Amino acid sequence: MKRFLTFKWILTLILIAITGYLYSRDGVITTSVVATALIFGLPLALAAMVGIMCERTGIVNIGIEGTLLFSSFIGFFVASTTNNGVFGIFSAILAGVVTGLFLAFMSISWKMDQIIAGTIINILATGLTSFLYKQGHTAPTTSPIDIPFFSNIPFFGQVLFMNGPLVYFGLVVIFALYVALYHTSWGLRSRAVGEHPGSADTAGVSVFRLRYLNVALAGAVGGLAGAYLSLELVGSWDRGFTAGKGFTALALMIFGRWNPMGALAAAMFFGLAQAITNQLMFADVAHIPEQFVNMLPYVLTIVVLAISAGKVRPPAAEGQQYEKEQA
Amino acid sequence: MLLQGAHPMDAYGSLFSHGFGSWAGFAKTLGKATPLMLSGLAVTIGLRSGLFNIGVQGQLVSGALAAGWAGYAIHGLPIYIHLPIALLFGIAFGALVGWIAGALKAYRGIHEVITTIMINSIVLALVDYLAGHNFQEPGQTLARTSAVLPSATIPKIFGLPSGFFFAVLLSWGVWWIFQRTTSGFRLDTVGRNKNAAWYAGISVKRSVLIAMGVGGAIAGLGGAIETLGVIGRFEPTFNTGLGFDGITIALLGRANPLGVIPGAILIGGIRGASASMQFDAGVAPEIVDLILALILFCVTAPFLSKWLRSTEVGAKITSGWSN
Repeated sequence: MKRFLTFKWILTLILIAITGYLYSRDGVITTSVVATALIFGLPLALAAMVGIMCERTGIVNIGIEGTLLFSSFIGFFVASTTNNGVFGIFSAILAGVVTGLFLAFMSISWKMDQIIAGTIINILATGLTSFLYKQGHTAPTTSPIDIPFFSNIPFFGQVLFMNGPLVYFGLVVIFALYVALYHTSWGLRSRAVGEHPGSADTAGVSVFRLRYLNVALAGAVGGLAGAYLSLELVGSWDRGFTAGKGFTALALMIFGRWNPMGALAAAMFFGLAQAITNQLMFADVAHIPEQFVNMLPYVLTIVVLAISAGKVRPPAAEGQQYEKEQA
Repeated sequence: MLLQGAHPMDAYGSLFSHGFGSWAGFAKTLGKATPLMLSGLAVTIGLRSGLFNIGVQGQLVSGALAAGWAGYAIHGLPIYIHLPIALLFGIAFGALVGWIAGALKAYRGIHEVITTIMINSIVLALVDYLAGHNFQEPGQTLARTSAVLPSATIPKIFGLPSGFFFAVLLSWGVWWIFQRTTSGFRLDTVGRNKNAAWYAGISVKRSVLIAMGVGGAIAGLGGAIETLGVIGRFEPTFNTGLGFDGITIALLGRANPLGVIPGAILIGGIRGASASMQFDAGVAPEIVDLILALILFCVTAPFLSKWLRSTEVGAKITSGWSN
């Protein structure tokens, strides 16, 4: 643990030093790269939160990809038919909750294998969305909001305070989840249910109810991520639109050791790698084929994991069904 | 389907008659089922050894490209030498891709779900690049290799793709290994309880390497058979989704190597006939994914599976990341 801590801090310091140096060389490009890192990394971070909320209460969720796909589709569909972005965002969140409840239903009430339950959600979302999809629709998208005063700060102003509304909302959700998980009774109970449901039950926590609640809430966060993808970041929807982001989020969740802040940092790192490669491609610095540019974030993840590897420890009761003891 | 104004029975009838009704349709079904069966088998080996191998897609595609390359680039060999060499190329590259994920797990403790997902993306990009540049068919703008030479093409038996029979045989072989041999028992023990296996003196590291390597080899073989026996050249877009259908098939078969056979035939039939279904009944082929999800749901939902198999609900397949 100590070894990883030092490694983490050294990496952070190096990143800050490099960013500072690059900023002194070319402020405009550095700022835009870091800003891009945030908007690329955020959906991954939110999707990783879905995984954290489920797994901390002991439910494996590999259906995040399906949640993202379904909610981004519903959000876009509703926004384009009603021509109202706010409706779109709310229906995306609702769609996320629906997938969450479906997962909870299968894995908690019916005690199905959780990996299968997640796979069903993924296939179902892929099939349903591509079946219902019709080309050529547009939807209103959110526009950036500059926060007065703060947006004038050099560097940080553009990175943090000149974003779309869902970026702010998403960041608030992530920090709130961190605080809630470690500093509220809900968080303590959730973690207890994920580690040792029997003890939590003895202490008077309803394991079923808490798991249902958390999986549904996680679905809402996934819906937010979906809405962000289709209505703010990209502004359109296409078949297979989420392109494996839900699976990448799982990796980031494990990379961040089931901790919201860790996953956020991992997601930002991933976003940064993508932003840098984008910039390289845009500036045409070297003739790197597009395919190699695209694979860079994945190679980086493996390399960083291989260097920093320590044994990760998932929540103990994960993936196990809980049977209340009968007297 | 009703939403699209088509008659559901027309659609199902078309699906059935094209998938299983005629000899040609049946041959097509078996051709589609072969790589699906092998990728399902690769996932199954992982599941039985306590690993969730999502990397079958990457392993399969790298095998397909390697076999395709060996199929067109090596000249002047008779079929009984050329074909095995091309198949071996597929097997070796599939195994290599699987083994990398296994090694990262065994030696660095990185979870296979992460590494296989990342390696999938890397391999797919790499293969796409190679098929579009170094290995591209001369004068071709599409990303695809030259056609496989006749000396490396898998012959058909009575119009049926012979790779299929080999895949069935292999599924049975894997079942036999798990059921009757010590090596199979070792993998199974690691899959059931890693700590108990370690305590009993079984090397968990070795099991992880074997399970990922052999799984990758089988997936690579699936890609090779697809390239050499069905498609006739390597083209990246032709192989998409096979590895993920493999996960569905393995879960349908409840992690039993013999269980992948009916699952693969069923899904192969549906996939193969989906285009005809669109033609005959005007139903979008995307409905296939919906049908697959419903099948998986029905087979695994407890109240139905209890009814289908009254004795036991089935062995536990996964228990989260920790296993």
